[in-house]
Amino acid sequence: MKTQKIKKKSKVKKKTTNKNHAGATLAKEEDFNFAYSKAPQASSVVKVKEAYQLYINGKFCDASQKKTFNSINPATGKKLCKIALASKKDVDKAVASAKNAYNKTWSKISARERSYYLFRIARLIQEKSRELAVLETMDGGKPIKESRDVDLPLVAAHFFYHAGWADKLQYAFPGQKASPIGVVGQVIPWNFPLLMAAWKIAPALATGNTVVIKPAETTSASIMHLAEIFQEAELPDGVVNIVTGAGEVGAALVNHKDVNKVAFTGSNEVGKLIAKSVASSNKRVTLELGGKSANIVFEDAAIDQAVEGVINGIYFNQGHVCCAGSRLLIEENIKDIFLKKLKRRMQQLRVGDPLDKNTDVGAINSKEQLDKINQIVDAGKKEGLDFYQSKTCSLPSQGYFYKPSFFNGVSSASVVARSEIFGPVLSIQSFRNPEEAIAKANNSPYGLAAGVWSEKGSKILQVAKALKAGVIWSNTYNKFDPTSPFGGYKESGQGREGGRQGLSAYVELQS
Amino acid sequence: MKVKKTIKLFIGGKFPRSESGRVAPQYFAASKTKVSAHYCQASRKDFRASIEANKKAEGPWAARSAYNRGQILYRIAENLEMRRGEFEEIFISILGYSKSKANKTLEQAIAAFVYYAGFADKYSQVLASLNPVQGSQHNFTFPEAIGSGVLAEGSSTKFVELCNELAALLATGNVVTVLQSPTCALLLSPFAEVLATSDVPAGVVNLLSASNDELMPVAASHMDVLYITLLEDKDLALVKGEAIHNLKRVFRAPANGRSIESIAQAVEYKTTWHPTGF
Amino acid sequence: MSLIRLKSNGAKNLFIERIPVDAVGVEERTQYFCKRSIKKESKMRALIQIIKMIDLTTLEGADTSGKVEQLCARALSPVDGELKNVFLNHFNTYDYFPQVAAVCVYPSFVKEAAARLKGSGVQVASVATAFPAGQLPLKLKKADVEFAIKSGADEIDMVIDRDAFLSGDYQKVFDEIVCIKEICGQVHLKVILETGELKTYDKIRLASHLAMEAGADFIKTSTGKVSPGATLGSTLVMLQAIQDYYDQTGQIVGMKPAGGIRTAKQAIQYLVMLNETLGKAWMTPELFRFGASTLLNDVLRQIFKQLTGRYYYHEAFSID
Repeated sequence: MKTQKIKKKSKVKKKTTNKNHAGATLAKEEDFNFAYSKAPQASSVVKVKEAYQLYINGKFCDASQKKTFNSINPATGKKLCKIALASKKDVDKAVASAKNAYNKTWSKISARERSYYLFRIARLIQEKSRELAVLETMDGGKPIKESRDVDLPLVAAHFFYHAGWADKLQYAFPGQKASPIGVVGQVIPWNFPLLMAAWKIAPALATGNTVVIKPAETTSASIMHLAEIFQEAELPDGVVNIVTGAGEVGAALVNHKDVNKVAFTGSNEVGKLIAKSVASSNKRVTLELGGKSANIVFEDAAIDQAVEGVINGIYFNQGHVCCAGSRLLIEENIKDIFLKKLKRRMQQLRVGDPLDKNTDVGAINSKEQLDKINQIVDAGKKEGLDFYQSKTCSLPSQGYFYKPSFFNGVSSASVVARSEIFGPVLSIQSFRNPEEAIAKANNSPYGLAAGVWSEKGSKILQVAKALKAGVIWSNTYNKFDPTSPFGGYKESGQGREGGRQGLSAYVELQS
Repeated sequence: MKVKKTIKLFIGGKFPRSESGRVAPQYFAASKTKVSAHYCQASRKDFRASIEANKKAEGPWAARSAYNRGQILYRIAENLEMRRGEFEEIFISILGYSKSKANKTLEQAIAAFVYYAGFADKYSQVLASLNPVQGSQHNFTFPEAIGSGVLAEGSSTKFVELCNELAALLATGNVVTVLQSPTCALLLSPFAEVLATSDVPAGVVNLLSASNDELMPVAASHMDVLYITLLEDKDLALVKGEAIHNLKRVFRAPANGRSIESIAQAVEYKTTWHPTGF
Repeated sequence: MSLIRLKSNGAKNLFIERIPVDAVGVEERTQYFCKRSIKKESKMRALIQIIKMIDLTTLEGADTSGKVEQLCARALSPVDGELKNVFLNHFNTYDYFPQVAAVCVYPSFVKEAAARLKGSGVQVASVATAFPAGQLPLKLKKADVEFAIKSGADEIDMVIDRDAFLSGDYQKVFDEIVCIKEICGQVHLKVILETGELKTYDKIRLASHLAMEAGADFIKTSTGKVSPGATLGSTLVMLQAIQDYYDQTGQIVGMKPAGGIRTAKQAIQYLVMLNETLGKAWMTPELFRFGASTLLNDVLRQIFKQLTGRYYYHEAFSID
């Protein structure tokens, strides 16, 4: 509904000769250059161990064959520390310890006592937030600004939230009795290492289960510091066990006969493999997989804030977010002005050293992931699509980094509209009316999240109703809270994490 | 030689004496004539000042996130735990509790604050609803705080019940003037200090040491008081009678301690409609 | 979005769009700017630039000739003596300690200020149009402006008619600004929106566009007499309005946050925000000013802390 100005715009903008009524002109290049100096967060606040062990039955121990592997700091490409490589024997040991702890301790103590342990853990996480944040950044590559201000506060909040449910389960499932399942086996990804650990461990413990968890192989260090917190909180031995390693360790864990419930967050390929392997068992399973979420901007959106939301939706955490708004669906009549603002905003994104407090976009988690991004981007370029990258951005000479980018004029069939890139690359599609927007948004095997930008309440509610996505963000994006259930429709997974609804995955219910 | 302390009131985050200047002795349980300390007796004017402080604190407190309220309640639990010795000492010397009874009392009091700390960010998930009305309408009901009110301990000290009800009121975003029973007025001092050091904003909880006979009629007829919670039946009829003038909500604390009941009665439900359509 | 139709001499019908602003989104974006860590060289350059952007202000009932005289002396030379030498020895690109952009006073002091600042490059800005409330008929507001200009004002800071704006008489608000700008001619006109009285970002955005279309050279947040004064949020909304206006018409408008900016830390946050929105092109005193009085001393303190490693005591800096 925007009206074109009656005056004609001149095509060529001569910025330096325009004056305002009183004759003021724009500053010249050399007048004042506000370049930000480096502002590094001191890494000395955390003691990174040279080598991390397994955590079984309340103690740290070497892997049975004493094997290890290296964890790299993706900002430098250099080794950060060594991680123990668990064998099948270690997995057996861990599960046995969890089973024993369940039978002897965790199912015997009162719900109130369980809550007290979780509150303690939450408090300790708050106290050690700074060191945990720095380690998270060094191990995974995300900017310190994010790990400090987003990840860690949420980690503590998840433990606080679930601590309070432990002795109130009768209200979470009115009319039903909730009992724990037993031993849960959990496998988590590398994009939010501690946060994913919190999402898994907190509800499992609150509902009375015991845990064996395997972190991602590229980010196994921070959870070991969390294990130290479990020790400090005097969590009974065996209630949480951590085994480190890659795919094989995960497979051994989820297939173990004494694991009663499996929870997995990660890629669709692995998720489907897991679902297949436990299909013949009676293990309960929840999966939180990938997405290709649409961020829909209507003509009546608050445009400047919508630009911010789109930027945040895809470039936050380098795009390593399962619910990233990786598709922009823009109403065609505001497309030009929106893209102009988007490009302008992209120039302000600072890509660089994740430990620099001014970095907005950190390192890509690993060489493998960087290769994957390049692969899909090349495929997109081969389709002849318009590809744009931030012009003012310069990448560090070492480590794995990628410039914020977008593909324009993408069709629903394009590889960059269908495949999850898991990097800072946006795919832009347009639509003419709300029904078309909904159809395009739903036109995907995924269904994790969606964004809706409009200043019209009824439209937001109607669109939200029609979208096949588990999380709908209206006039905002990438908001997480322990009280808010998270999870996807269709192939983005099954089950919800967080909130009252998220508890049901971890209990047996009897009417 | 010991330095003795007069127990003052706790209003608006400060510790004023009663404007009436009245003071009464608190006797040791063992002696009945030996004075442990003196405490200020709250007057009608103190009560009115307390309600005014509550009213100022109402908006900001309800606007805090549920998480924040939960954190503050947990802090109260932490501080109570740290200072439990002081409280136990008072129960033993003034009310004649045994060591074990005093110990259990504190355990339950702390448990109350931990319990409701964990309820602050959950009760709306249990009590609210999305209502499937007919027509293209989005309709939801959610609980809000009532506002300023009174929590009256009554004729005897019931510390655990008091903590239960207080914690539930704070969890739901209400602000409160507590009329503490003079049978153990000394409790007011460490209790106020715990509240004052737990990030509870000034005016959210005020503590007055008062005999019910004097202040109950005042509380029951004060129109800015929107709810009264009683821990005993004694003044229930009187309060209900006076409450009709501004339709005060009158609550009798439930008997079973920590549960959703105290929370469910401390809220008002708001239902909102919004059309759904392009 | 809805349009407001106005009559204007330039175009038969002038349309101003009501642009909706999401408040939560604005607040989140401003938090982003507050997280920037500006240290070392970038901090020093920012601090010096801030001084050059300050409109040193005195707008009190108790202002006297003496007060204004001392203010002007300060404007010309914010520090003297040992500290001045420390600065000049460190920065050999400077021949003298940086001066502020302007002084801002009531019309009755313009003549004196102009005399004291003649030839220095420091501008004389005068508030006008029945500042701060603006509750007088147009005839008298015009006379106010004419008097100030005649007395030698280089810049006029006018207030919009909030009565007319809040009751929906946008034509009146518009016409008044057009009229004042006509009187100003080449004298630079700042239009104060008084964001603290407009309350919502939607209204601030609309008022910004109204003022720019009517010929404002600068849009300014506040008179400093109403709380809140400038906030990062209201400033951001105004900067976005300026950006849109420039994109659509090529017209350059400056911005001045005023009122409540007391510390160097805050001022740096505003500069960061300017840097990441309108960008380098606007990072000049010609297009960005801080309306402040106590800010100067905090900036000086930070400068000398960085130069000498010591926090200087309050007495080291002038209280004028």
